Amino acid sequence: MKVELEADKCVASGQCVLAAMDVFDQDDDGIAILLDERPAAEHLDDVKEAIAVCPAAAIRLVDQ
Amino acid sequence: MRRIVVVGASAAGLAAAETLRREGYDGTLTLVGDEPLAPYDRPPLSKQLLAAEWEPERLTLRSPDDLAGLDLDLRLGVAASGLQPADRTVELADGSTVPYDGLILATGVRPRRLPGAGGHVLRTLDDAVRLRDRLTPGRRLVVVGAGFLGAEAAAVAWRLGCEVTLLEPAPVPLAHAVGTEVGEVLTRAHLDRGVNLRCGVTVTEVTGEGVRLADGELVEADEVLVAIGSLPNTDWLDGSGLTVGDGVVCDEYSAAAPNVYAAGDVARWHNPLFGLPMRIEHRTNAAEQGMAAARNLLAAPQARKPFAPVPYFWSDQYGMKIQAYGYLRGHDEVAVVEGELTEGRFLAAYRRGEKVTGALAVGMPPKAIRQWRQAIATGADWDGTVASRSRAEVVPEGVSA
Repeated sequence: MKVELEADKCVASGQCVLAAMDVFDQDDDGIAILLDERPAAEHLDDVKEAIAVCPAAAIRLVDQ
Repeated sequence: MRRIVVVGASAAGLAAAETLRREGYDGTLTLVGDEPLAPYDRPPLSKQLLAAEWEPERLTLRSPDDLAGLDLDLRLGVAASGLQPADRTVELADGSTVPYDGLILATGVRPRRLPGAGGHVLRTLDDAVRLRDRLTPGRRLVVVGAGFLGAEAAAVAWRLGCEVTLLEPAPVPLAHAVGTEVGEVLTRAHLDRGVNLRCGVTVTEVTGEGVRLADGELVEADEVLVAIGSLPNTDWLDGSGLTVGDGVVCDEYSAAAPNVYAAGDVARWHNPLFGLPMRIEHRTNAAEQGMAAARNLLAAPQARKPFAPVPYFWSDQYGMKIQAYGYLRGHDEVAVVEGELTEGRFLAAYRRGEKVTGALAVGMPPKAIRQWRQAIATGADWDGTVASRSRAEVVPEGVSA
């Protein structure tokens, strides 16, 4: 599974970092950064949580 | 549990439906939405959509494939009209009846309106497109209400070259929510750009020519946007036996009755983190509470978890990004702990009782704000957390919600 992040949709809420801090970080403007686009299985639940709480719907998980 | 109905197909309802499936629920899942559109995102309506930077398609929350993957009994374009808890059925406006074992109410809010000729409101995609198409340079827009929605719309219209008048009944916009000092910073942002902000005025009516004030004055406008808050969509629950009082009244688990939960803008629940009942109209809360309601509905009674979030919201106005954590209303004190109000770059902390209960930042780096979220989440002691850091004079507030 691959994580996709649309940075231009990001509203800098930081919710993804709170949900999955091994996979996401924020730059100095608060815009989300993908640390690991193919996270290990043990992080997938956290990523799904991040997708659900992202207020900008900017994160997706795709089968690739 | 083999039949679950989620009423409301926006952020909270979608989050609930997705969570139910993610947690392994494989029974019938009915998602009812009064708008004909698949779930879409509302915060951009007063921002990128209104500014014509984004087309409506960008607001779609999930692709058709993702929605299909949820295996929903999807009922869009039909409102729920009644609830019979004794029979465990939801009645829909098209005359059909949907039985349930578990129910999640996420019917959201609708805009308050003014008497008279109507004017625009800003809640749905249709509302936003209609207003967007009228915001051409030189057009006179009157915005009634200088809350976050009205302020965002005013900022967009100003940028598009409209002549903007913003009318607000309170002496300082948003003072009840963020405090007088921070409210004044947000006020200056309008005035600095030549937006005609008039405070302490009450609008009684929208007319064909503009709006009528309580003292009889007519403020002329080509377009009027009414942004004076919203009302929970609970009328359809009359006679259901559920307790309704400015929202569906819930306990700390977001439960309104056995196997009936509420989430999002419509839910008034007891947040144990603050020890207060609250109803939060924020995008992130809709998703978080939708998830929490879904999990609690599926959980065994003793495995349910109280819903105790730190609320979060953001607002974009004139290139300022405002971010806030916690519960700011009804605070006892505000202190600027980083930056300066006058520079428009600051972080203000909010006290209620002995605890840090809120933080609002403008133009601050994310890591600075996250520390304060943590302080709120852990119920940090105000004296130990703020007194040592406060750079500006602590501002006593006589403000209550």
